[in-house]
Amino acid sequence: MFLALRELSFARARFGLMGGVVALIAVLVVMLSGLSSGLVNDGVSGLKKLPVTDFAFGEGTAIDSAFSRSTVDRDQLERWSAQDGVADAALFGNQLVNAEGPHGEPVDLALFGVEPDSFVAPTASSVVDGGTLDRPDQIVVSETVADLGLGVGDTVTIERLGTELTIAGVLDGQHTFGHVDVAYVPLATWQEIHAGVPTGERARPEVYDEATAIALTAGPDVRIDAAAGDTAATTTTVSLTESFDGSPGYAAETLTLELIQVFLYAISALVVGAFFMVWTIQRKHEIAVARAMGASNGYLVGDALAQAAVVLVVSTAVGIGAGTGLGALLSSTPMPFELEAGPLAVAAALLVGLGLAGAAASVGRIARVDPLTALGGQR
Amino acid sequence: MTHATEQLVPPAPLRARGLRLAGVSLTLGDGDSTVVALDDVTLTVPPGELLAVLGPSGSGKSSLLAVAGALIAPSSGAVHLDGVDVTGLKPARQAALRRERIGFVFQSGNLLPALTAVDQLRFALHVAGMRGTPDRDPRALLEQVGMGHKADRRPHELSGGERQRVGIARALVTAPALLLVDEPTAALDRARSHEVVELLAAETHDHGVATVMVTHDHDVLEHCDRTVEMEDGRLGA
Repeated sequence: MFLALRELSFARARFGLMGGVVALIAVLVVMLSGLSSGLVNDGVSGLKKLPVTDFAFGEGTAIDSAFSRSTVDRDQLERWSAQDGVADAALFGNQLVNAEGPHGEPVDLALFGVEPDSFVAPTASSVVDGGTLDRPDQIVVSETVADLGLGVGDTVTIERLGTELTIAGVLDGQHTFGHVDVAYVPLATWQEIHAGVPTGERARPEVYDEATAIALTAGPDVRIDAAAGDTAATTTTVSLTESFDGSPGYAAETLTLELIQVFLYAISALVVGAFFMVWTIQRKHEIAVARAMGASNGYLVGDALAQAAVVLVVSTAVGIGAGTGLGALLSSTPMPFELEAGPLAVAAALLVGLGLAGAAASVGRIARVDPLTALGGQR
Repeated sequence: MTHATEQLVPPAPLRARGLRLAGVSLTLGDGDSTVVALDDVTLTVPPGELLAVLGPSGSGKSSLLAVAGALIAPSSGAVHLDGVDVTGLKPARQAALRRERIGFVFQSGNLLPALTAVDQLRFALHVAGMRGTPDRDPRALLEQVGMGHKADRRPHELSGGERQRVGIARALVTAPALLLVDEPTAALDRARSHEVVELLAAETHDHGVATVMVTHDHDVLEHCDRTVEMEDGRLGA
């Protein structure tokens, strides 16, 4: 690093410009990573927190609309319960509804219909305020409804049907589905709302047999045999993670953000590669002199890579620091933004790693510089 | 280091020390368009001698430096440095030989722009893997060539003559057996040219190094111990 560090300080304006570009890219990557995590949480945190390993949907359901189109019944539930490896199974209803708060304000909710004694129902330990479901007109909601000014004891009214639901408890943390707060509701009530039965009326008997999907949980160290269960119960089963694509807009949002991030990594690697290519060409004569003096290829290439590593690590650290600072400002806004250490560490490693790869591709030219060109007139 | 070597290995016959080229030819290019750059050159430069090689451009002076400096292998003939045959070395061994045994002084210094004068010398030591035990102290050597007061200046802050002095100190700091000098006065006025070549002569005698200086500047020959002329790749008197 003898030459590398002295060149860094000598050509600090040039390296500063390139480092600035990398730092700005790092800021963008932090922003996108935060937005990604935020959107994922907004889209599927309600599903993520379910003690579920797999969902069995009605046979032939396309996964991107599974939670709105699928229907299963109790008969299928019983056949699934009898399958090997299934520790527990329960009916699970899912519907997005528009409702009104106590003062007529609009409240959008994702109703999760669960039988209060089943394994998917909210437990006392998951509730931070109030209690669990014990009456048909009660809901247990995500902590994030506090943003809408709602709390325990408030009543929301389902639009058109007039069904009134009272908040019995508030869950620990964010539970959202498709950017909407989750409200757990007793399955029978969910079935009436899903069938569009106005409040106070009974639905047709078969309505009380139906739900969106069968929630499954595998025993410890067991994988559910989806194919066998699907044959027995005529269902289409996917893992919990695969079911995320059934959240409205989830696949499109995450793919878009991932694509932008991939482009940023590629741009960053190309910028660094292009810089070091120009830099190496500019230094061609100096490299020839150093090689004539007997510096080995390994010495010169190692020196150039160490130089690239210093620039990349410093500028990535600066960019991630600045991005995290900006992110802290954003997280107090309604924007879905969440910074997680894991994805940030991966992003930093990718920026440095790909930048080094770009630099390595360029400084390889050092090996092709002919030391003979050091003799004779300059340049 | 020259002295240490003399004590460690049995004394070599006097004619074997320094640089010796025996029947060296160099053909450049390939196929139809070959150029004979060196044609059967035989030359001995003992330690402590400053040899001037004169000749018009294209006469093979630079090729002579390249072959003597292990930058290019001759097509035929042999190159010996201090009695060791260095003719057919692989590129990595050539590089090792250059950094340990050979010093180059280039036209207009060819210093590295990012480095201060003293760092130019330290870099040469670093490249040669001598940073722990420098044979010569970089600052003392700069003092010796009259550049002690500008040891912390970068090349763009130095005049042409000053750069050439730093270049000479850089070539000498690793205590080479052979000093190869390429047109050292090309970019200098007469007064500076004399100073630089006088310095080269003094350093050559003080350090007991075999020095080959390629030049077309007849003015400075008075400082050299011996002069040979080259024409069409052949050595004259």
